[in-house]
Formats: sequence, C-alpha cells, structure tokens
Amino acid sequence: MSNAVRQRHSLMFRPRSYTAFAVTPQPPIVDWLSDLDASLVRSESFFAGHHVALDLSAVNLSSNAIGQLVSKLEERNVRVLGIEGVDPARWQPGLPPVLRSDRVPRIVESPRPTEPDAPTHAPDPLPPPKQKPASLMIEEPVRSGQSVVFLEGDITIVGSVGSGAEIVAGGSIHVYGALRGRALAGATGNARARIFCHRVEAELLAIDSYYRTADEIDDSVRCRSAQAWLEGEQLQISTMN
Amino acid sequence: MAQVLVVTSGKGGVGKTTSTAALGAALAHDGAKVVVIDFDVGLRNLDLVLGAERRVVFDLINVINGVAKLPQALIRDKRLETLYLLPASQTRDKDALTEDGVARIIDELREKFDWIICDSPAGIERGAALAMRYADSAVIVTNPEVSSVRDSDRIIGLLDSKTAKAERGERIDKHVLITRYHASRAARGEMLSVDDVLEILSTPLLGIIPESQEVLRASNVGSPVTLNNPLSAPARAYFDAARRLKGEHVAMVVPSESRGILNKLFSRKAA
Repeated sequence: MSNAVRQRHSLMFRPRSYTAFAVTPQPPIVDWLSDLDASLVRSESFFAGHHVALDLSAVNLSSNAIGQLVSKLEERNVRVLGIEGVDPARWQPGLPPVLRSDRVPRIVESPRPTEPDAPTHAPDPLPPPKQKPASLMIEEPVRSGQSVVFLEGDITIVGSVGSGAEIVAGGSIHVYGALRGRALAGATGNARARIFCHRVEAELLAIDSYYRTADEIDDSVRCRSAQAWLEGEQLQISTMN
Repeated sequence: MAQVLVVTSGKGGVGKTTSTAALGAALAHDGAKVVVIDFDVGLRNLDLVLGAERRVVFDLINVINGVAKLPQALIRDKRLETLYLLPASQTRDKDALTEDGVARIIDELREKFDWIICDSPAGIERGAALAMRYADSAVIVTNPEVSSVRDSDRIIGLLDSKTAKAERGERIDKHVLITRYHASRAARGEMLSVDDVLEILSTPLLGIIPESQEVLRASNVGSPVTLNNPLSAPARAYFDAARRLKGEHVAMVVPSESRGILNKLFSRKAA
C-alpha cells in the first residue's frame, strides 16, 4: 500500500433551478411575431436580462423552421436559453438545447397596450411577488414514501419523519421527533441553512447539496438530539444539550 | 351502524388474511353480523383460510360486473351463522376492480352487516388502494422487523391521504396489530420490541399476536385460528383485539404459549 494519497477535488454536481420566461408562440407564426414586435415597441426592456425558454408545444415546426424562429427572436434581442415542447427527434446541432419542465406552463402576461394619452413608461414586467409565509408547519408524522418540499423557507415538523420519507427545504429543517428519513436543507443554495432534530436516525442529511449518508453519521450523535450545519464544504453534526 | 374495517400492511406475508379471518370470526362469535371481503383479486386466499373454497360460485368481480347479485356471491360460514365471505376472483386481476363497483358493494353491505372487513392485498397499487378506499377504520398488520414497519408507515400515510374519509377531511381510525411476535427473541434484540414499533408508527396498538404453530395448523384445516383452537395463545390475543375494536378496554398482555394446554390445565388445578 502506498502512503501517497493523491489529493483530488471531488466532482460536484449540483442541481440548481433558474427562473426563465417561457414564451409560447401561437400559430400562425408570422402573426405571432408581429404581435411580439408590437409589444416590444411598447416595452423594449421586457426581455432584457431575462432567460427565455421557447415552448413550442402550440406549434408544429420543422427543425429548419425552429432555427429560423430562434434567429428571428435573436434579431429582436430575445436570447433563447432552450426549447421545450418539441419532439427531441427534431432537434439539430445549432439549436438551443431541449428542456423538459414538469410543471404546468404558467403564462406571464405580456405588457398590455398603454392608453394612447397615458404617459409612456415601461410597465413592470412581473406582478409584485405576493408575500408568502417563509415557513411551513407540519403537525403530524411524515410517513415513509411521503415527500415534503418547501423551497421558500423553513420546514418545522412536530412529529417524526419516517424511514423513506423526504424533507426538502429552501431554508432550515426542524424536526421535533425522530428524523429517520432524508432531510435536505438549503436546497436552493443556502449554505447557512441548518437541520435540527430531536433524535437523529437519518438516512441522509444534506445542506446546500453537501451531504452525509447514514453510514457517515457518527455513532456518538446517532439517536440523540442534534443539529447539522455547513462549515465550508464540510457538513458538521453535533449533539445538542 | 356498520363499520368498514380494512386489514392492510403494505408488505406481504405478515398475516393480513389470517388476521382478517381470525378477527372476523371473533367478532361474529359474539353475535355480530360480519362479512369479510377478499380484495386479493387473482391471488385469493381468504376462502381457503375460512374453509369455504369448495363453495365459491360467484365472486367480487362478478358482482361488480353485474353478472351476479350480491346475496348470490356471499358465502355463509359453516360454523358461525353470522359470518359471511365475499370471495375474490382467481381468474381476473386487480384491474377488474372499479371504484364505483366497490363503492356500490360496500354501500349495499353497510345495510346488512355490523362489520365489513376488507382483506387488502399486499402492495400499494389498485387492489390495496380500493380495499382501503371506503374504510372507516384500519388495522395495520405489522411484524416486528424493520421492512414490515417501514411498509406499514407508508400504508398509514396512504390511509391518511387516499381514503374517501381522508379526502372528506375526516380522520380514519388506525390500529396497529403486531403479529408473529416472539417475546424472547425481542428480549434478545433479534426483533424490534413493541415499544420500538409503536414509537416508529405513532399509532395506537390493537393487539400483539404471538408467533405460534397454531396459526399454520388452523389455516391448514381451513379454519380461523379463533375457531380452531380458541384457547391457544394467538386465538386469545385475537379475541382481545376484537374486543378492543368494539371499544372495550382490555389490558394489553402478550398471551404466552410457552405452556401447553395440558400444563395450563394442571396449573389451573393446582391454583
């Protein structure tokens, strides 16, 4: 056995989600483009600085036509990040990558035509975000196979989290019971998130994609009340009280 | 008021069918009108455990499809006149079960019976989902080992979300029945203890059925263990569980079977 252990950087693959405008062209494309032009005239900066995903589910275009549409959009300073709603067989090198989203497309209204005599100003492209509570309270046990996802903030569970259950929070996770399943805190990239639990028997603890599996959780903390936090790239676990 | 009870577990082979038959017979023994329904379409067993396999003419799927009327498919037990069986079809599969059909049958049975006990198939798919769909209460059969307990936890989650009662915002009554329990092995740490199981499932306990040869012996002769040998340890545990289902308060003891019946008779004489 050689003593020289080569220091290697571990490969990190982190799932990360971004917000993009999904633009859904409606047939006929020519009319749709002129509508787009009209709204760009009203508000030049509507797409400025935004990623745009092109949702082609409403139209049936050949790969050439997709390429033309993408370049027409680029002429208008609309940068297409990816395309979706298209048969992957139609994809060709040179086209933006095919995206897959599992959510129902949400339509952001394009700016309405301003009244002729109203002062011209760029309308706010997005409605002001609604004030949402930044914590989620669950007052019963989370059972095996159930998954609780709350990316907007903290999750508090008054009860246990069963083996095979999964808790995913954008913020911290608090479990007033035994944590036997998986807990992923800071899932949106929040390295300051923590996991607190009354009794740690977790299958996996993760903060901001740095994780430890059950095997890597020290026996000295196992089955005790504990918290987990990130120190640099190290997930630390220690007992409380 | 009729009670619809589902006997379920997630995992297979933990004793759902045995428990359905034993609890059904124990409840019917006290005079209640009981029907047990086999939801394991394609892999029916309840008819064998009840010793009714040679009298099956029509089954659950026939009634759902309108081939037979419900009273034609019900088989009365030979030993207890208030115990009935609605057998599953062996030639069809779970896809033959429809939500409307099951709802119709349960509604019709509610008018005639005190207890409707649905014997769920293993798994969490269609058969199991429809067995629990219209239940008022549930018995979750669990063996004291980790895989069974985790599957039970999963089933409890489904009972709290996928049943008609849960969807109406009501709560389904849930009870854990621990079967194949071996006190000495649990004491040696080779099995989960009762406390461990209840802590993980955080659901009230209905009873503890000790591991016993009597269970196998009874099913081999086609009889619920509560009828075949009512004094045996598992039978007594099932009778206690049935009384708890009826709301009676019965102290929780694990009937021991280290002493044989002869021993018991002798010790009783000596006392």
